[in-house]
Amino acid sequence: MENAFGQPQNIVVFAGSSEIARAITKKLCAARAHTVILAGRDQELLDEAAREALDYGASRTDTVIFDAEDVAGAASAVRDAFDKAGDSVDLVIMAVGLLGHQLRDQSDPAAAARVVTVNFTWPVAALSEVRNRLLAQGSGRIVVLSSVGAVRVRASAYLYGGAKAGLDRLCQGMADSLRGTGVSLHLVRPGAVRTRMTAGLPEVPFTTGVNEVAATVMKGLARGDEVIWSPPVLRLVYAVLRHLPGPVWRKVMDR
Amino acid sequence: MTRQRLVGWGRTTPGMSEVQSPASEDLVAREMTLGSRTIARGLGRSYGDAAQLSGGVVLSNRALGGIGAIAPDGVVTLGAGVSIDELLAVAIPQGWFVPVTPGTRQVTIGGAVAADVHGKNHHRDGSIGDHVLEMRLVTPAGRFSVSPSVEPDLFWATIGGMGLTGVVTTVTLRLIKIETDRILVDTHRHSNLDDVMSAMSDGDDEYRYSVAWVDCMTKGASMGRAILTRGDHATRRDLASASLVAPAPARLRVPFNAPSGLLNPLSIRAFNEVWFRSAPQSREGEEQSLGTFFHPLDGVNDWNRLYGRRGFVQYQFAVADAQAECVVRAIDRLSSSGVASFLAVLKRFGPANHGMLSFPLAGWTLALDLPVGPSALPTVLDDLDEMVIDAGGRVYLAKDSRLNPEAVRVMYPRLPHFLDVKNRIDPRHQLASDLARRLQLVGK
Repeated sequence: MENAFGQPQNIVVFAGSSEIARAITKKLCAARAHTVILAGRDQELLDEAAREALDYGASRTDTVIFDAEDVAGAASAVRDAFDKAGDSVDLVIMAVGLLGHQLRDQSDPAAAARVVTVNFTWPVAALSEVRNRLLAQGSGRIVVLSSVGAVRVRASAYLYGGAKAGLDRLCQGMADSLRGTGVSLHLVRPGAVRTRMTAGLPEVPFTTGVNEVAATVMKGLARGDEVIWSPPVLRLVYAVLRHLPGPVWRKVMDR
Repeated sequence: MTRQRLVGWGRTTPGMSEVQSPASEDLVAREMTLGSRTIARGLGRSYGDAAQLSGGVVLSNRALGGIGAIAPDGVVTLGAGVSIDELLAVAIPQGWFVPVTPGTRQVTIGGAVAADVHGKNHHRDGSIGDHVLEMRLVTPAGRFSVSPSVEPDLFWATIGGMGLTGVVTTVTLRLIKIETDRILVDTHRHSNLDDVMSAMSDGDDEYRYSVAWVDCMTKGASMGRAILTRGDHATRRDLASASLVAPAPARLRVPFNAPSGLLNPLSIRAFNEVWFRSAPQSREGEEQSLGTFFHPLDGVNDWNRLYGRRGFVQYQFAVADAQAECVVRAIDRLSSSGVASFLAVLKRFGPANHGMLSFPLAGWTLALDLPVGPSALPTVLDDLDEMVIDAGGRVYLAKDSRLNPEAVRVMYPRLPHFLDVKNRIDPRHQLASDLARRLQLVGK
């Protein structure tokens, strides 16, 4: 059960070996998390993340393998993870995502659809089952990794940004649907983060490391923020950017 | 059956449950045979998650009413859902008072037993469990009448057992005789913690009731300045005119949640300053009503809303006399970390009873109200847990909403004995609460 400070004990992480998810998991384990179920596609990476969770204070870990292109398998991946968690799940982290390669993918219909499947369709299918489970439990929280790129979609990353935008808006509605149920959903909108996914790309303003994102998420969870911006200043930056006239927006964002 | 969002008095971790209000022991027993996970709930005054069970069935005891006739020796049998407020409304006009009352009248007697509540007279009279003669208890293994001599293990597992041994349906306890509805109160201001603690060590035995309110926001020489109030029931001879009138219901209420942050270090410091200065340096023999003396916060309904959306935690610990230093270090740790605490309550405890999870132990207890918000607070309280454990003390489960499972095992050494008893009457782990799940007191 989660305590008065919003520190969960039982957590399930989808894309549990992703760098941001691992950074958040470490911090949760250092607080109160003792049961950590990590779901992902690569057993070896998951095992590594599980060892790390134990190092940081978890007492029990388990893993679940899933394929984020297999939408039909999403519900069973969720059921598998919840069954392995045993008692109620306090926090579910949905960190599934794929940056893809915009220039290559935009001319390839199958590749374009794949970006949407992994960033949007699979997470929505999985979240639907997560929602069912948590409503039955009567308590629990969901953290969904969105992106500032979802706030206003840029030409140079419209597949990823567009798919995340779909997820972001859908989750805002889902969060509202959960009001008064004991369950809540929190959206995380990080700016550019230094990870394997972004390695080699030129660094943009407000780029942070994964530990900064994790620290911001912990703070937002403790406060119960519905939208967690990382770094927090991006909330103000995007309050301006999202309303820029098109020509200015294109000039600023897609130089 | 209705699905309801339940939360403790601290308003921190809500959860949805199916709520039932069985109106008889038979109906409680029928609920129990259905096999759902379940916990009893009274008026929801435990601070954390003790009286809720997310996704399970919560049995409100409020329909288990009825107050029997008060015998000439003060013995009375009442439904577990009767509140102390309701009992006093009947008892005071007949010249009786409860042997123990917590700081609010708005608790049910079933809840009081489950938390083994204490009051300002613990150093003399012990906790509520010491005054219970018999209880009826519905468990998954059937119904029991328990007392200190019949099923004593189940009795003492239930006293302070946080509802985890079953649903208490009736309680028989012995009231105390009073001649008037007044308390004669001596009030003294003390300029620091050492001062008030030595006054309490030396003089508490002369009073039936004693409690000190401590300011945890001052540092240096006036760290832990306090107001000590002590008293006893006034007799007819003490008063020019005597009456026996039960306390009136609250007239004020907090209609909506205050903004989080209303109670911040600045406002709390200012409040404490005004409150300390407005107390008399020394005043003896002041007449106070029972309500004013025992239940000052009952004057305002829903005062917990003052803490805002994020709610608050209460941290109450007890340590032995020889570990009085732990109280000093705890207040020092709080005042130096800048974590705001509203007035803290300091009190001496008499000997512990046999309740396996009962909180009081002979020595000192300190209770702190802390708004959720400061990022240092979780760590500060984890540090306090370690200090309390090192001092051989414990934290009160009825107030808890953030302990970790390992700490509870050290603080409550009789927990294995409690679990043996629980497993006997509840082998399938049907009785559970969010608190029990968080502290891993029950099987999955």
